[in-house]
Amino acid sequence: MVPTSFYVFLAALLFAIGVTGVLFRRNTLIIYMSIELMLNAANLAFVAFARQFQDVAGQLFVFFVITVAAAEVAVGLAIIVTIFHTKHSVDIDAMRELRG
Amino acid sequence: MALMTLFIITAVIALVAGLGLLFARNAVYAALFLVLNMLALAVLFLTLGAPFLAMVQITVYAGAVMVLFLFVVMLLGAETLKEEGGPIAWQRPLALLLGLVLTVLLAAVIFIEATGLGNILPPPEDYAAPSRLAMLLFQRYLLPFEIASVLLLVAMIAALVMVGSKKKTSSSSR
Repeated sequence: MVPTSFYVFLAALLFAIGVTGVLFRRNTLIIYMSIELMLNAANLAFVAFARQFQDVAGQLFVFFVITVAAAEVAVGLAIIVTIFHTKHSVDIDAMRELRG
Repeated sequence: MALMTLFIITAVIALVAGLGLLFARNAVYAALFLVLNMLALAVLFLTLGAPFLAMVQITVYAGAVMVLFLFVVMLLGAETLKEEGGPIAWQRPLALLLGLVLTVLLAAVIFIEATGLGNILPPPEDYAAPSRLAMLLFQRYLLPFEIASVLLLVAMIAALVMVGSKKKTSSSSR
């Protein structure tokens, strides 16, 4: 059996890659993908601890995380498409004015 | 031992796919790297005794969500984007430095805290059977389930209103 700490360590590395992606990239779509990566890392930690404590509730929370992620992606991509109609760009720096 | 080998191979695939997402020049490649990462995580879920969750991960995440992503990337024609020379010149080195600092901090905390987790018992036979998950979901977690369904409805309406509003206003000429 692989120890839980290995899984948590992998989840931490993936989360750090996701955070770096949000800071590093300027393509809004790839920033969104990095957020998905962070959510996935959190899911991995949830499932690892669910096995550690022999409690399925940890796995159940992953379902809720997936639901929230799906809702977030739908709304977020709709926002990106709407912004693209006015700015003709998905560069995050094109969206630095608060005026609409 | 076999499980350990499988874990190491899958973890390396997941990390390489994550780094590929970080450095990919083409947004379609980035999305495909993310799909690879999700598939690797599904395999890890299988090793953690969560077969149902692994299948949900593949169908919902790697399937539906990433298809939506690829659809929008191709709809907008935003595959390639020149990312050099933004308004903040030192953004990329600073981002890498901060990412490295976060990695070191997280690793340090896990090395200090999580080594005491100790040995684990193999989970029972019907540990994560869909029936057990369903019993828990529809009894103890019924309210979060209902809230999640309302959340999905709200997200759907929000997406429709935001993307469809342009056509509507031009046709009804408000």
